[in-house]
Amino acid sequence: MATTFNDTQMTEFKRLVARYPEGKQKSALLPALHLAQESFDGWLSTEAMDYVASLLQIEPIEVYEVATFYSMYNLKPVGKFVFEVCQTGPCMVSGSDNIIDYIKKTLDIRPGETTKDGLFTLKLVECLGACGYAPMMQVGKIYKEHLTKEKVDSIIAEYKALATNN
Amino acid sequence: MGVKLLLDKANVPGIRTYEVYRREGGYRAVEKALKEMTTDAIVEEVKKSGLRGRGGAGFPTGMKWSFIAKPDGVPRHLVCNADESEPGTFKDRYLMEFLPHLLIEGLIVSSYALGSNDTYIYIRGEYAWITDILEQAIEEAKAAGWLGKNILGTGFDCNIHVQRGGGAYICGEETALIESLEGKRGNPRIKPPFPAIQGLWMRPTVVNNVETLAAVVPIINMGGEEYAKIGVGKSTGTKLISACGNINKPGVYEIDMTITVEEFIYSDEYCGGMKDGKKLKACIPGGSSVPILPANLLLTTAKGEPRYMNYESLSDGGFATGSMLGSGGFIVLDEDQCIVKNTYTLARFYRHESCGQCSPCREGTGWMEKILQKIETGKGEMSDIDLLWDIQRKIEGNTICPLGDAASWPVAAAIRHFRDEFEWHVKNPELAQTSNFGLQHYADPIHVPA
Ligand SMILES: Cc1cc2nc3c(=O)[nH]c(=O)nc-3n(C[C@H](O)[C@H](O)[C@H](O)COP(=O)(O)O)c2cc1C
Ligand code: SF4
Ligand code: FES
Repeated sequence: MATTFNDTQMTEFKRLVARYPEGKQKSALLPALHLAQESFDGWLSTEAMDYVASLLQIEPIEVYEVATFYSMYNLKPVGKFVFEVCQTGPCMVSGSDNIIDYIKKTLDIRPGETTKDGLFTLKLVECLGACGYAPMMQVGKIYKEHLTKEKVDSIIAEYKALATNN
Repeated sequence: MGVKLLLDKANVPGIRTYEVYRREGGYRAVEKALKEMTTDAIVEEVKKSGLRGRGGAGFPTGMKWSFIAKPDGVPRHLVCNADESEPGTFKDRYLMEFLPHLLIEGLIVSSYALGSNDTYIYIRGEYAWITDILEQAIEEAKAAGWLGKNILGTGFDCNIHVQRGGGAYICGEETALIESLEGKRGNPRIKPPFPAIQGLWMRPTVVNNVETLAAVVPIINMGGEEYAKIGVGKSTGTKLISACGNINKPGVYEIDMTITVEEFIYSDEYCGGMKDGKKLKACIPGGSSVPILPANLLLTTAKGEPRYMNYESLSDGGFATGSMLGSGGFIVLDEDQCIVKNTYTLARFYRHESCGQCSPCREGTGWMEKILQKIETGKGEMSDIDLLWDIQRKIEGNTICPLGDAASWPVAAAIRHFRDEFEWHVKNPELAQTSNFGLQHYADPIHVPA
């Protein structure tokens, strides 16, 4: 996987940087890291971070500092789809424990692990702002809410189908 | 039906689009403010309205705006805080998702009042699809001439930019948010200097919550005095409440702050009562960091008066017997919920979210999580309860930013009101794994409407 942006990605990168005043291009770092993660297999390798540093003309360490601080950046390879299940109080009182157990059993992985076929990673996360629609999880850009065991089954089937069709 | 000023049009089909929003009377506040009002007059109107910041702290918005420094030749910035990460809170999401133009309209008026030509919305990174909705609304507003250069021929230029965060609750704190917007770790700054003097890129900056900025629209349209007539005392206007937990109708509700807590939980207009007919055990009424209250103190104050859904009434009794309206994240727990476990998940949350700059917060949140986990898993000792109490007291007030307080208050309140449940866990480690303390706290039957 190449760690340079293609033309479309570069256009988006330039749009992100243009939002800040002259000389303040470092402000684009968080959005740029999101773009890099989406562009390069869902995680940030050292090469990817160094590349972002060179584009923004900042030191690599400034990028590492930031990438390690925020929970959305993956610093290790992840599955094609990451199930980020919320486990905080409001979700917990609405039954998230059962959903987490069910996903663990169904995919046969523990939190932080990826299935052998490389399709799914399970990640336990803290409140995602969907407390009224609990239990819930985030998959990529999408929120899956009001989870039940049946719904989890159909979500897994949905992403499996997506993977085979691509 | 209570008064609705923000969500009154939320159900109009297509209201997310510019055409429908405009047809329904949208952008009138921009016309009025930019064509008929001076910037000082707008600040004055907001002061008169009594609007208090909806992000959690409740600071008067008009007063905050009047503090912004205006040194010659230095740009000023308005930043909209859409980080919304306090557990139990999901109201800003609703507003942005369904009424993006209401926020954009509020931002244009507020940017004009503050002299911000480049205004930023800092949105939590997980709200990726809402970022797309906002960016589309901004494009539509720009195409219609409400943003960009020389708006309505007034000479005022304004652009709005949306920046996604990276997943960090602490970036909701205004100085951490500014750091993050500058492309750095979200470490809160030591104040002073306050953002109004030196904020984003060391320029004068005002940070306001999404709901606060949206409320500027009805304030300009109806006038500050009329707005102030809604509500009671210093709780003027309407407030969005995001209700969750063991209720029949979780969701986002706009209330005028004159209804009782009891009505909010049990009436069909709002939460629709307790789920599965269970009994109410406890509630965290204003986002996870405010004190949890047992049912009896939630529905009535210590003086035995009904408690209302507003700033003053929810905090009546101080932390001894009251709580706070906070961010409006209303978390309801029924008789089957375990206070120890709930407190443990919140302690884990705060440990995870501590930025690590101050030792009382970094170390203290870690200890609280570990001790609570110990009690929850049946390995706790009686002395652990006192130790918890001691640790939370040592964090509170000894940190750079209020996250330290936010982490200690839930633990303190849980022990204050539910100490017997903690003790029961320690004394019955095995039983506590399979059963629940239930409602044994309540010597008298609690008043719960049928
Ligand atoms: C740890 C912490 C998290 C916060 N999170 C948020 C948040 O997600 N959204 C928000 O509007 N304010 C949040 N605040 C409050 C902000 O610091 C700030 O007071 C607020 O954005 C000001 O806007 P307002 O006056 O319109 O309420 C948080 C404060 C702290 C200490
Ligand atoms: S109180 Fe906690 S979150 Fe706030 S600055 Fe200190 S360590 Fe960071
Ligand atoms: S607690 Fe799970 S989304 Fe808020």
